[in-house]
This record gives sequence, C-alpha cells and structure tokens, in this order.
Amino acid sequence: MKAEMKVIEDANREALKRMLSGDPVLVDVIPAMEAITELKERMILHAGPPIGWDGLCGPMRGAITGIAVFEGWAPDLEVAEKLAADGAFDFHPNHHFDAVGPMTGLTTLSQPVMVVENRTFGNRAYCALNEGLGKVMRFGGNDDEVLDRLRWLRDVLGPAMSKALRSGDGISLKSLVARGLTMGDEMHQRNVACSGLTLRAMSPALASTSTDTEALSDILSFIGGNDQFFLNIAMAMGKAIMDPVRGIEGSSLVTAMSRNGTDFGIRVSGTGDKWFTAPVEMPEGLYFPGFTEADANPDMGDSTIVETIGLGGFAMGAAPAVAGFVGAGTASEAANFTRTMGEITLGENPEWTIPALDYLGVPTGIDIRLVVETGLSPTINTGIAHKEPGVGQVGAGVVRAPMACFEQALHAFAQSVGVS
Amino acid sequence: MSGVIVNEVRKGFYLDSVALMRFSRTIAGLEGIEEAALMMGTPANRRIMSDAGLLEDAGKAAEGGDLVIGIRAKDQKSADHALGESRALLDQPTAKDGDAAVWRPRTLRAAVKLAPESNLALISVPGDFAVAEARKAIRRGLHTMIFSDNVDIAEEAALKREAHELGCLVMGPDCGTAIINGTALAFANRVPRGDIGIVGASGTGTQEVSCLIAQYGSGVSHAIGVGGRDLKPEVGAISTLMAIDALDADPGTKHIVLVSKPPETEVAAKVLERIGESAKPATICFIGADESSMPANATQVFSLKDAARVACGMNDEDVKSADAGAAVSIQPGRSQVRGLFAGGTLCAEAQVIFKAADFPTISNAPIPGVPSLDKANGGHPMLDLGEDEYTQGKPHPMIDPSVRDDVIIEALKDEAVAVILADMVIGYGAHDDPAGYFAGILKEHGVEGGPLVIASVTGTEEDPQIRSIQMAKLEAAGVHVAPTNADAAAWALSAIRSNG
Repeated sequence: MKAEMKVIEDANREALKRMLSGDPVLVDVIPAMEAITELKERMILHAGPPIGWDGLCGPMRGAITGIAVFEGWAPDLEVAEKLAADGAFDFHPNHHFDAVGPMTGLTTLSQPVMVVENRTFGNRAYCALNEGLGKVMRFGGNDDEVLDRLRWLRDVLGPAMSKALRSGDGISLKSLVARGLTMGDEMHQRNVACSGLTLRAMSPALASTSTDTEALSDILSFIGGNDQFFLNIAMAMGKAIMDPVRGIEGSSLVTAMSRNGTDFGIRVSGTGDKWFTAPVEMPEGLYFPGFTEADANPDMGDSTIVETIGLGGFAMGAAPAVAGFVGAGTASEAANFTRTMGEITLGENPEWTIPALDYLGVPTGIDIRLVVETGLSPTINTGIAHKEPGVGQVGAGVVRAPMACFEQALHAFAQSVGVS
Repeated sequence: MSGVIVNEVRKGFYLDSVALMRFSRTIAGLEGIEEAALMMGTPANRRIMSDAGLLEDAGKAAEGGDLVIGIRAKDQKSADHALGESRALLDQPTAKDGDAAVWRPRTLRAAVKLAPESNLALISVPGDFAVAEARKAIRRGLHTMIFSDNVDIAEEAALKREAHELGCLVMGPDCGTAIINGTALAFANRVPRGDIGIVGASGTGTQEVSCLIAQYGSGVSHAIGVGGRDLKPEVGAISTLMAIDALDADPGTKHIVLVSKPPETEVAAKVLERIGESAKPATICFIGADESSMPANATQVFSLKDAARVACGMNDEDVKSADAGAAVSIQPGRSQVRGLFAGGTLCAEAQVIFKAADFPTISNAPIPGVPSLDKANGGHPMLDLGEDEYTQGKPHPMIDPSVRDDVIIEALKDEAVAVILADMVIGYGAHDDPAGYFAGILKEHGVEGGPLVIASVTGTEEDPQIRSIQMAKLEAAGVHVAPTNADAAAWALSAIRSNG
C-alpha cells in the first residue's frame, strides 16, 4: 500500500510540475485545416466527449447545420439537418485533435483557429476565434448574421491577427493572465481585462501590418467590443498547458473536463485518454429578460479546460461579481468558492494569485481522489444556451461537474495502480 | 406584450452585469410586473431588451455607457412602483455589513493549511471512516482524539502502533472526554487548571474525577482520554503508556491519576511498571478491581471519589457528607435500589460501593464479580443506559435524557423499588438541563408513597448548566442530592439498611 502511495505522490508531483512549468504563447491564427491536418470535408470536431448526431442537444444540432452551410456542404439549414441525420458527417471531439471550443465548440476545415504554443514542451493547441455575444454559433445560432460573422472572422480577422502575431514573438500568456487576475478576470465569465490587455498587446502590430484602415477599424472595434474575446485564447492556453500532463502513469490529476451538452466527460493523467462520462447538469444562474430556466440547455462546451488549470470557478475570488449567479453574491462567498476548490486540488499556482485573498495562488491540479473523498465536485462558471437550435445565449451561471465522472475515474485509476 | 412599458436611462452609470441580472430578477418578480431588465445600453443588450418587449424611445437612445431600466407592467401603478424599487437598488447596491460568509475547511488537509500551528485533531465521523481520518491526522504529525466508536479493535491497535512510531498520541476511539491545556474536548467540564494529570480509559470516570478535584479545591493539568479498549491485551495500553509518558514529562503535572476498568494482568503489570518508573506520585483506580500490589509511588483506590480525594491529598474526614439516606424512611415492602445511570463508570462505581458493603447487584454492564442482568434475578439492578441496547439509533442519554424516560417511569411505578439512584452529567456536550428534565419526569409520573430518589450532579459551577442550579432543581423536585456519585450510592445503601 505504501509503495502505491509513493508512486501516486511522485506521479502527481510530476504532473503538477508540468502544469506549473508550462509556458503558453499565442503565436498565430491559421485555418483549421493547416493546424489539424487530419481534418477533411464533412468532418466536424465538437465540444465534449464523443457523441453521435442522435445524442446531440438542440444548440449543438443548430450549430452543426449552420457550420455545414458555412463550409458549403449543404445549401441551407434544412438540407444540412437531413444530411446530418443521414450520417453524412463524421463527428469527433476537439480534444482528440489538440483543439478545444467553447459551448458547441465546432471546429471545421476552413475556420481560423488561434495557435497557442507551450514553449516548455513544444506542443500546440487550437481554438476558434470568439464570435462575440448574443446570437452566435457557439450558443446554437445559425442564421445569416451568424454565418456572415464567421466568414468575416475567416476572411478578415483571422488573417490580420496572423500577420500581426507573426510579425513579433507572439503574446506570452502566463503573465498576461496573472495580470488579468489582479484586474478582476477569472477567465471564464470574466475576460474584460485580458481581452483589453490582448488588444493592447496586438494593436501596434495589427496597425503596422494592415493596409486597409477600414478593415483595421472593424477589427479593433470587434475585439474592443467583445468582453469575452480572450475566453477562446484562455481555452487554447488551457489545452496547451494540460496536454503535456496526459499519460503520467500513477497520476490521479484531471487533465481535461469537457461537455457536449448531453454528457460531461473527464480525463485523468494516469488513465490515459479514456473519457469518464455522466449526464451533464443544469447550471444555476440568471437569465436574460424573456427567458427562464425552462428555456435552458444543460451544461456544454470545452471551456471547462479553464477550470482544469485553476481559473474560472476556481478563481472566483478574483471576480466576486460572478459569485452573484448563486447565493448572496458577496465577495466573501466568491472567496469561499476559491478556497473550497483548494480542498480538491494538489497545489496552488504561485504565478497566478488573487490580491483580495492575500495573494493566494489559484487552486491547481484537480485530484480525483480528493474530489471523491470530499464529495466536492469542481465548480464551473458557464454561459447558458437556449435548448432549441438557432436561438443563442439566454443566460449564465454556475454548475457542478457530475460526481459520477470522478467516481468512475477513481475505480479505473485504482485498477491502473494495482489497488482494488 | 400589451402592458405598460417604462424606460429610464442613467447616463454614464456603470454597474457589473451580474449585479444587474440579480436586480433584474428582483424587479421582474414584483407584483404586476410582466418582464423587467436593468442592463448597460450596449447594442447587444438593447437588442435583448427589444426582443423581450422592454424598450421604448428613451431606452432605444441609450449608449454603451448608459444604464437602461426597462419595465413592462400590467398597469401604470405597478410600473411606477417597480421603477421606484429599481432606483433604490441602484442607489444602494451593496450588501449589508455582517453579510460576509465565513469559510470553514472541509478536510484536515485544508484545516492544517489554514492553521499550520495546530497539533491536535478531533475526529467525529462514522466509525467506518474514523481510522482513515485518524491516519491522515497522525501522518501530518497531529495528535488525535477519536470521538467515533464502532471501530474494529485490530484497526485500533494498528493505528495506535503507527501513531506511536510517529510520536503522536491517539485518544480513542470512543474517547468521549479530554481536557488538554485547559481546553475541554467533547464531553468535559470546566475545571480549574492545576497540577493533577488524569489518564482516563473512561469518559464519565474522567468527568467525575476532574469535577471532584475541582470541588476539593484543586485543579487539572491535562485529562488525557485513551478510549475504553486501550488497556485490552489486543491494544496493549499503547496510548495509556504514551499519556503517562507525557504527564511524567510535563512540568505542570505533579500527580498522576489513572482511571480504567480493571485491565488483564499482563497489561496492568506493564502500565504499573511504567507508573513505578515515574518520580511523581500516582493514584490508580481500576474501577471494580480487587486490591493488588502497587509500585511504591502509587496508591490504589476503588472509587472515583477516592481517586479525586487521594490526588488532592485529603483524608476521608475532609470529604465526608451528612448521610441523608440514614435519615429517611422508605415504604414498607419495598427493598430494591434501582440504579439508572447515564454514565457507565458512574454505574460501575455504584456497583463497587454496593459490593464493598456486601449488597448484591446485577447489571447490564457488570464489574468483575457482579452477575449480568440476564444471568441472575436477585440483586439490585444497576443499569448503564448509555449501552447499546438502550441507545440503538438514539443519542446517548447524556445528550438526550429522554432515553431514560421509560425506565424511570417503570421504576416509579414498580412497588418493589425502594430507591431510584440516578446521575446527572453536565458540562460541554451534555443536555442543557438534565436536572430540570428529570424533575419534570418525576413531577409527571411520580406517585404518592413511591420510591425515594437519590442523585448526584457531575459537573462544576463554571459549566454552562451550573452545578448548584442543577442540584437546586433536583432538590425542589424532592430528590436527595448527594455531593458525589459514590455518596449517592452510599446513601441508597443506608436508606435500605435503616429500613431493613
């Protein structure tokens, strides 16, 4: 027994070390087909663990029909839906191709993806550009306005950001996030500071590499008007940080948490790339006028990669307002969310600290053993999509990862280390 | 969307979107309101408000830095009221003072992080998990008190061996009482600090001895509980020996008292050998044991009262009370003393007193030489009501005195019963008014010419229930209140003797 404990402790120490030593840098924006060479026509990467068309929720179906029109695989949404139902599309999780995506999180051939390189380990991770708020594809939107915006991202913003990023050495994200935490971001619900800091870092190069001032103006006002622009960067960063932590024999550390709108899945370092899944839960939250919980789709998206690295719900203390989605919404409650996540994590990130908590480092490295032992599952900050295709975002809130994922994972993990 | 729509725009007024969503929910929930939202006037937000039928001209003209109040109500009056409430929320958006949430760690690991200087953990979880939690504690270098019971004895022994190697003391499992550095843990009393150290394998035994030490004007350095099975051969007194080591080394302890059920010979020998190695005087109370040879520095006593008395350096005469039992008469034809105890060791002490006077007792928790309840039908019954057969699925009678109701009522109505003998244990963890509760039962169910009731109160004046107040409540109910549990038993004997 003692020998196994030592193996686990050593493995977790190594896992935490790899997490904390990651050096993520935003280096480029390139078409998904260049980033992920396995991508081909009619292949759709989605958020969450593996799932087929029949199991997909409303907003996911809405997004899929939209992207099929966007990619030219179908002339309209109706045909797209018929094709999907007939099995014309090949579905795979983003996570299987070094990628992540928020909410529906679709990744296909021609979409531009941001490239975050982990310079310590040399791996890269990808995430599409954030579309802004309101009716957008990640929340299941699929009308012309949504598709036109995707075309603009592909044709204007993506190439412009690529040029700007390539003209320099990229944007180092670790220190940028550290700064964002001191400015009130938790990097899931709150990305105002980091979005601004990113824009500030990119603006000179955007300007110097631009030949079209009107396009430049559109770009600056798009990023400047999108409080969540950084979310997708934070996600690619999370994936880039966590991928080198995968596959450490004997480590009980969670390397990914992700949802497809139907199931919640987690992966654990010591059990390789196996998903442990359970039905997603319904967020507790607040709704836009005209909508109620009856309209809400359950939890969705790869964005929980942000909690996996100690941000989002784990860094709630940095963004007290977000705690207002549940409970009384006081700063002290927000601090308690962060401290409570410290019960299920292996350590703290000394570089990502929260001033209002006396510079407590964000709780880092979710240990499935601690989750099951304490009965405390990870707290996740999230947006809420309408359950019907084509509507979009209806609210935001806080949700828990289902405990069943961690229990299954712990059983498999125990077998993997020879304890049963 | 037929109702009255009211908009108000506050120019250049910013508030966090989540705070505004909370306000929106509050306003939308008001009487007569169909829909309501407070939002910053960005184009995306204005569109959401427009889709929800909340915008009229004023709101449509708002800009990103403006706050828009949009209300759709069934009539103008409701709309005006909601607008007034919205303004009030915006003018006073902060939480009230004192609303701050306090964080309490859920695990030992987090608690130690919060208080890294701590060196003792109290564990009170279902027995199946107690050893696992205790292991975590000792591996962090924490001494451990385990309140939980139902722990396998082999696991207890293994845990204590590991703790011993790590230099950590394990008090328990099933350790109900300890006082460490003046801090009462679990069921314990507020006794003054002093130079008498107690090692107790019994909770109520430790409580009675520590309270009598206080009553006799001395005080306690530490009272270390070890759990009821520490002196069993399977465990081998690991914690008892460590506790003696600790008190021996403690400059604040001048006298050591050991309270336990009678251990088996080889364990007793080991413990007494360790006592003999100490330069400090010791008082040994193996409650129910026969006289045996003691090391030169140790005095053997046979009651809890004498343990306290000897430790305080007092004579019999110093602690003698007027025997109220000799002065009373009991009803003819009644001859039985029935002991109804919440404290197990108090029940044992009563058996000791009766046995020494050659009065036969029977008990569900018999001391050596006393037959168990189901094996004999003669003798005065001495019942330990804290035993499992009375507490299945219920709290201990020290916490919930109603556990004792049925047996008290039965005794009150039984024409063979001459004397009911009872204990009241107060202090931390105990019921907030056991005497008042007991008096209530007597008042409701007592019968004219029924049994005499004799009781004592284990506690101190500093306890939350206040001993003298508890005694007064008993006296007011016609109970004869003895100064100690041993005296109560002696009074009961006198009562049946003088009437026999």
